[in-house]
Amino acid sequence: MKMDSPNQKKVIVIPCSGIGKAFGSIARDATYEVTENLRRDGTQTLCLALLVSGDEESLQLVRNHKCITVDGCPLQCAEKNVKLAGGDLAGSVRVVDVYKENRHLKPRGVTFLDPDGQQMALALAEKIAKQVDNLVVGQ
Amino acid sequence: MVEVQEKKVGIISCSGEECVEGTMSRVATRLVLGKLKPNETVTICLPLFLAGGREERDFARDYPTITVDGCDRMCAKTATERYSGKPASSIVVTDILKNWQCPRLGTRRKLNDETLTVTRKVADRIAEEVDEVLRHWV
Repeated sequence: MKMDSPNQKKVIVIPCSGIGKAFGSIARDATYEVTENLRRDGTQTLCLALLVSGDEESLQLVRNHKCITVDGCPLQCAEKNVKLAGGDLAGSVRVVDVYKENRHLKPRGVTFLDPDGQQMALALAEKIAKQVDNLVVGQ
Repeated sequence: MVEVQEKKVGIISCSGEECVEGTMSRVATRLVLGKLKPNETVTICLPLFLAGGREERDFARDYPTITVDGCDRMCAKTATERYSGKPASSIVVTDILKNWQCPRLGTRRKLNDETLTVTRKVADRIAEEVDEVLRHWV
């Protein structure tokens, strides 16, 4: 797990990575697009399962940094679990909101995203990146 | 939601976001569900399980499970033991990689061909465990 210096507060982007449906894979892929490409210097992700398992380092990370959760379904497990961990939840994004804005896209692949899924992930990533920018400005 | 009336094995993957082995655990699990053992397996969404999903926890208590973890932190196995009971089998990708040749792992976002080949072997291993669990089903 990468830790940053105090003057370099990264935003933690946490997807649900739900495994049953395409939207979980889209949440995961969008998170990688943000943390590895769009805002690679100002963000990082962490293992949601490790956080919820009570890992102390993960708990400190979400409590001491702004977090944005990315959820694939209405159960919003990522958001719920970050709240339960006492994390600093600064933003929450749902795949379904991007779907409503892009109804022509019909993502089906779960194991590997199909072109529609990839396109939706990119749209979602842009939305997350905007939230990151707002948080960085507000710091 | 998990609705089951017959012999099914639950596969619980960690899907760890921080490392490529987490992606391998996820893809291997999906390959088992979709291709290798579609009629014998179901998956349980680990974040939902951890968030307190009653049906997921009940299923893992009443049916045999196989956990698939990317690393030795073993979050999927630990969570299953904590909330539902001991899994019938437990697979850790990093342990498997010690015994197999996979010199260049791909990125956690996209598995390269080499890593995908190894991931298919992990899926085969899970499928073997599924057969083993079903063979001993009482």
